[in-house]
Formats: sequence, C-alpha cells, structure tokens
Amino acid sequence: MVRIFFLACLLALPALAQTPDPARVEAVVAASFASAPAGWKSRVTQDALQEICSLTRNQPSAAQAEAITAAAKASVVLPPDSAIIGDWRNGEKIAQNGQGGQFSDAPGTVSGGNCYACHQMALSEISYGTLGPSLSKYGKLRDFELADARATFAKIFNPHVTLACSTMPRFGLNKVLTAQQIADVVAFLFDPASPVNTDTK
Amino acid sequence: MRRYVQHSEHILIFECDNVKLLFAVAAEIGAAQGGGTELLNLLRIMVLCLLGSAANLRAQPADVDGEKEIERYRAMINDPMANPGYLAVDRGEVLWAMARGGKNVSLEKCDLGAGPGVLDGVAAHLPRYFADADQVMDLEQRLLHCMRTLQGLDTKDVIARRFGSPGKTSDMEDLVAFIGNKSLGMKYQASLSHPKEREMANIGEAMFYRRSAINDFACATCHGDDGRRIRLQALPDLSKPGATAREVMASWPAYRVSQSQTRTMQHRLWDCYRQMRMPAPDYASEGITALTMYLAKLGDGATINVPSIKR
Repeated sequence: MVRIFFLACLLALPALAQTPDPARVEAVVAASFASAPAGWKSRVTQDALQEICSLTRNQPSAAQAEAITAAAKASVVLPPDSAIIGDWRNGEKIAQNGQGGQFSDAPGTVSGGNCYACHQMALSEISYGTLGPSLSKYGKLRDFELADARATFAKIFNPHVTLACSTMPRFGLNKVLTAQQIADVVAFLFDPASPVNTDTK
Repeated sequence: MRRYVQHSEHILIFECDNVKLLFAVAAEIGAAQGGGTELLNLLRIMVLCLLGSAANLRAQPADVDGEKEIERYRAMINDPMANPGYLAVDRGEVLWAMARGGKNVSLEKCDLGAGPGVLDGVAAHLPRYFADADQVMDLEQRLLHCMRTLQGLDTKDVIARRFGSPGKTSDMEDLVAFIGNKSLGMKYQASLSHPKEREMANIGEAMFYRRSAINDFACATCHGDDGRRIRLQALPDLSKPGATAREVMASWPAYRVSQSQTRTMQHRLWDCYRQMRMPAPDYASEGITALTMYLAKLGDGATINVPSIKR
C-alpha cells in the first residue's frame, strides 16, 4: 500500500528543467555496473525511498515526507528496554570504525558505524566530520532519559523516522549494524560515563 | 599521531609522516631517473623535510592549527619539481609512439577530437562527442577506441592494468597523464554543443544526486554543500559551478602521494563508488563519462594543471 502511494507521488512529481528521463538514467547506471558480482547487483537498483529522495534531491513534498516517515516508523524493530543501552566502550569502537561494505573489504568484514566520519562525538577526538550535527553531550543534554535513548535507537535503525530523506544511512534496516551494535552506539551517546558526556576536551 | 595513520584514507597524514612521504617521493625520483639534476632535487626535498620537521616541533594539535598544518602540507607537496606524475607523462609519451597491436602501428594517428595525431589542447575539450563512434567519450574511452580500431590491439591486458600499483605501471594512466599535460596552462572548455553532450551532462547530474546501496549514499551526500569535511578531510562542493569545481576539473590526472601512483578521473570516481558501498563501476563505462561530463560543465573555464600532485 505504501509502495503504491510512493508511486503515485512519483507520478505527481513536476518535471524539473533539464531532468533527463529517469528510465534513461537507470539504463546508463545499469550498464555502468554490468560487471557487478551476483551478490552486489541489488545495490545498483533503488528502493522506493532512494528513488523519491534522489528525484526530489532530498526535498520530498509534504505528502511524500509523511508517507516516508510512516513507513520508517513501521520498519523499526526495537529491542526490550533492558537492551536499548549496551556497552559504551564497544560503541566507541563502532563509532570509530569505517570498515565494511566496500568492494575492497575482505569477505566477512564486520561493518562499523563510522559515526565520526560525519559527527563530532567525544570532544577528545579531534578527527571528526561535519556532514552531520555535533553529538557532543548527547545523553547529558537529554537528562539520560530512556525514552530519548529509545528514540535514538530508532533513529540509528532508520533515520527517516524523524526526517524524511535524511542523508544518514539506515543502519538497522539495511543490516549494516546489528541490534547489539546499535545498542552499543546508543550507550556511547547515553551512558553517563561515556566520553561523549564526560569530555571537557 | 597514531590515529591519523589509522584513518589515512580520509585524513591527511601530517606531522612527521609528511617528511617520510616526501623522502619516499624523493627516493622514487632518484631510483627512476638518477643523475645530477635529480640529485639536486633530492637535496632540495630533504631540506624541505628538515624545515618541515622544525615546523612540526612548534605545531599545536588544536583544531585551527590542524587546519593550518594541512594547508602547509598541501603547499609542501604542491611542488612541480618534486612531482613523480611527470614520470607517468614520460612513459605515456613512449607509449603514444610505440607500434603495437595486430596492425603494428602507433597511436600517433589517433583522433582525440582535433584531428589525427593532434595532442595540444585536446584534453581541454574532453569528454566530447565523436561522430565515428556516435558516442560521447572521455579520454580513456577514446584511447581504447583507437587501440582497438587503429592498432588492432586486444585491450584486455590494458584494461586489466587500468589502475597501476607498486611495480605495475598502467598504460592508460601514463597515456592520460601525457595527453593531459599537453594542455597544461590552457583554459578548460566543456564541450556542450552537441545534444548528446548535453544529455550526458544531464544524466551525470542525475547520477550525482542518485542515492543507492546499503548506506543510501549519493555523490551529493558528501559533495553537495560548502565547507563540509569527512573526518578532517575537506570535501569539495560539486553541486554548483565555481572555483572549487574548476580546481577539481583542472587537476586530474594527479599524482597521489598516499598511493604512489598517478591517477585519473576514472580512478577517482571508482574510489568514490567504493566508499559509497557500490560495486566497482565498469572501466570506461557510459556512467563514469556522464559524471565527468557533469563535472566538466561545472568546471568550465578552469586553468589546466596536469599532472597535479595530491595527498
């Protein structure tokens, strides 16, 4: 049903000046990755969300955004409250680790979250990116509330729950990170002992 | 500084490491060429290294100083006299004139857009539409076309060696460096008069914003805004024309210090797709040319600086 709604939204998309026929673009993309190994073919084609966010350049219409966030909320698999916050020390390693998922990686490489590529976290780590907002003192600013930790788990699992066409990866839904890894990253953000909350630089 | 080495993919290796790298560059030049002038270059670089070490002792690891340190490192490596990319240029010159393939002829009658054998300025207009192939081609595609049709060369081996590695040179990287260098100092003018050239630029633009694979990344995820960084690495904004896009378009092929290889735009985009968690794009495929054509449109008017030297 959601998929049909996505399609309807696509058809309603006003033709942008200079925008080539999407079918032609897809044909060029398919031909340019024709040698992709069998296990990688699915990465070349888009799902409905990728398609809408690409065509609208991450500026979906209100109706599209509503459909996207609704589908995202329905996709999240939350663990019991006792398993929302894991081990912050593991979480820090996951935040630092940019390996996994690349064609240059050895098979079986465990993926990291690579959070520092885009976000400031613990102030002691000066090598952070600025593609996303700073997450310094993330838990402290939220009084370490479990409800916020739960929302953060959901956000990492599928960031479109709060922002349709967010540029952040869907770490849980796309199985880039396991539920345990996400809980560990949530701990890095929410544990009062984590350097995210204790660092004064 | 252990951390910087660990994340060397995105992070400029600075502090003591730039000295090590420059010694490596110097050693490479020395080993490949030898002789009096090169020895002078070597000494020059060593002096630079020592100056660098002295500066490092004073450097503070705070954010602002880190940025300054990166700028200083960039200035240090941006020395044409110490650029091993010119070794690729020299090898490319030999390959251009070498008789090969079933027809045992050189590439010297290859038409790169300005007539058979013309090299000066051709890179300043590529990619472009070629009527004989009825296709928009970048330099790599055109060279492969000439190898097949003019030389009767089986390009399987050339494509297998498309990206060089230590001890294994790439004919394609060498030829592109040689031909690119023939437009040094010229103004880059994107070829957009043919409808197929404009179509390719538009397809490239759509691909720039196209999200895919397990992390939902598009080119625009990292290169869609001003002043962003990944870790400490500054990201060029390639969503609009301007000085940044011109600098990018003007500076490939480039000698990559971190890889000890001269790389072309084909490799740059291949490496971007690797980081986007996509499969490897096919070499000299239409999509890579489309993206290059999009960048060419943004970079119009750039002053060509090839081979440049990058981290």
